[in-house]
Amino acid sequence: MRLIDRLPRLGRRRFLRGGAGALPAAALLAGGVAVSATRVWGEDAKALKPGSAVTLVRVARDIYPHDRIPDIFYARAVLMLDAAAVSDNTLRDLLEEGVMRLDADARDRFQSPYLEVAGESDRVALLEAISAGAFFKKVHGALTVSFYNQHELWPRFGYEGSSAEYGGYLHRGFDDIDWLPKS
Amino acid sequence: MAKFDHDDDSLAVIIGSGAGGGTLGNELAQKGIKTVILEAGPRFEIADFVNDEWPSFAQLAWTDMRTTSGTWQIAHDFPNLPAWIVKAVGGTSIHWAGASLRFRDWEFKTRTVYGHVPGANLLDWPISLAELEPYYAKAEFKMGTTGTNGIPRLPGNNNFKVMAAGAARLGYKEVHTGNMSINSQPRDGRGSCQQIGFCFQGCKSGAKWSTLYTEIPKGEATGNLEVREKSMVLRIEHNDAGKVNAVVYIDADGNMRRQKARVVCVACNSLESPRLLLNSASSKFPDGLANSSGQVGRNYMRHTTASVYAAFDRPVHMYRGTTMAGIIRDEGRNDPTRGFVGGYEMETISLGLPFLAAFLKPGGWGRSFTSGVDDFSNMAGMWIIGEDMPQETNRVTLDPVAKDKFGLPVASVHFDDHPNDIAMREHGFRQGEAVYEAVGATRTFRVPPYPSTHNLGTNRMSEKPRDGVVNKFGQSHDIPNLFISDGSQFTTGAGVNPTLTIVTLAIRQADSIAGMMGKNEI
Repeated sequence: MRLIDRLPRLGRRRFLRGGAGALPAAALLAGGVAVSATRVWGEDAKALKPGSAVTLVRVARDIYPHDRIPDIFYARAVLMLDAAAVSDNTLRDLLEEGVMRLDADARDRFQSPYLEVAGESDRVALLEAISAGAFFKKVHGALTVSFYNQHELWPRFGYEGSSAEYGGYLHRGFDDIDWLPKS
Repeated sequence: MAKFDHDDDSLAVIIGSGAGGGTLGNELAQKGIKTVILEAGPRFEIADFVNDEWPSFAQLAWTDMRTTSGTWQIAHDFPNLPAWIVKAVGGTSIHWAGASLRFRDWEFKTRTVYGHVPGANLLDWPISLAELEPYYAKAEFKMGTTGTNGIPRLPGNNNFKVMAAGAARLGYKEVHTGNMSINSQPRDGRGSCQQIGFCFQGCKSGAKWSTLYTEIPKGEATGNLEVREKSMVLRIEHNDAGKVNAVVYIDADGNMRRQKARVVCVACNSLESPRLLLNSASSKFPDGLANSSGQVGRNYMRHTTASVYAAFDRPVHMYRGTTMAGIIRDEGRNDPTRGFVGGYEMETISLGLPFLAAFLKPGGWGRSFTSGVDDFSNMAGMWIIGEDMPQETNRVTLDPVAKDKFGLPVASVHFDDHPNDIAMREHGFRQGEAVYEAVGATRTFRVPPYPSTHNLGTNRMSEKPRDGVVNKFGQSHDIPNLFISDGSQFTTGAGVNPTLTIVTLAIRQADSIAGMMGKNEI
């Protein structure tokens, strides 16, 4: 079978081309800012407090934990949400208040802010407790699109994306499965 | 290309340009009947389509507000997106997968064959398979359906091969790559399938039949068909005698227009068609047009659907190649010993990573969810599509609160699963899992219904006016020059994909309309 390289090189140009269709173009640009793995994501936030953005990156990974995916993809998804909040005060307040509440819950139960709760299962328990609320639903719903819709993420899951420009899969393995048992 | 006057009252006016409206428009034009199609959406061409799920959805999908209620899971998962259909010239024939199956004989007479099913509003169609067979043949020829007219079936992709291997181990007999209106070899000026995938996003090679680049340009070439894009019809008007005579719409420039008509054919899909009839209520027809039976909007069907995905220890790459060219037909029979009436098909389906994340478990998160997404490249998938029971209370009504940008009430869709639907879905889940487990699936996923692509029954055909909205020609019982030309005229939904039957009925209806016009009956 023709397999695909799951670890393509990350490049800034490709980053700028990627992004979520359901979000405005401004969000895509904001997502392209954070290309260096050494940058602190929070400082790229335009609407959110830096600390809130960093917490949301942790929340994003706890919602969609993929151990093979580096933080940068979660950060980009959060920065798209941040970009949407630049012109939407209601959204910004929802996110800021949501993070505050999450930190308060974390301090009550684990004596530290969310980001510093060490155990994933403890953080997940905190999220479960608020999963019916508007903050969680907003973050989860936005991530479903903005996290998984990053083109640069797709090869890491073995997804090849657009195919028409390559002539489809007619000569690229549409029927190349080679491990099925003989019937 | 024709351009007709707004005061021309000799025209057939068709509302909607999908499988029903687009086909009817061409058929009438070929007969020399001057026809205008009003399409709410814009006109794209093949080059505009994108192999990218979310941007394509933003480009093509009908996302105007709708509301939902009822026990169906859609009302919970996608409360404002009950249907996944297209707002563009070509309608949902851009998005459809291409599966083109004839109804079986008994599926036209379910009240007789299934008997009384409590809670179901079953009714026999006023037509039989035998009456439709010549028109099915015309539709298959027109659409280039594989497995008919000597057209070879498509080659099977990896996703099909997994399903077929499992089906063989289970002893299923009727397993192949389907009857697909997708060219397996060049035909009718269109090339053959390139195994691109992305069948739902608009076919980039044009191998899949869509009215956008088959019926509509052929009709336009006659000089008898004008298609007006971005033209949203608000209401249908009638004269004192109770015959429809005009439609009022907002044109591409945002101006309100009134197009006179000799005949009006409604083909807006099963949510918008009843909405338009209800929004056209007048002092003469206070309950909406063609609604003396009270059946407009009722008996909404959406097929009993679900998907089974399965993860394997080795790669499948299910998204490579034709999305739905693969079928197991053995469960299509009516065998009440299974615990339900009617049958279902198992058809290959695949999603790209973005949509798999959205649909695998709507609302899902955490490791139980993401470990499934991690299996993406090793997954196979199938869609279960079976007959659902018409119920009077499953219906499209006008929302009492929500309005569209023109101030008209939006469609509100209520749906409760019938016990028969639930039993069939459970059976389909079990059989689907068994197919994949037979070839070594390490994990299976029961995926709930997607927003409905098969919207049916809300203006149903009936022999007696009191039981439905239209007669055997799709002509409304109440208003002789008002026709329904889409899947909303289905009396029952059968256990197969509906498009072939929509096209078949449109071809037949064109003959009827031409005949009635020729005799000055309408």
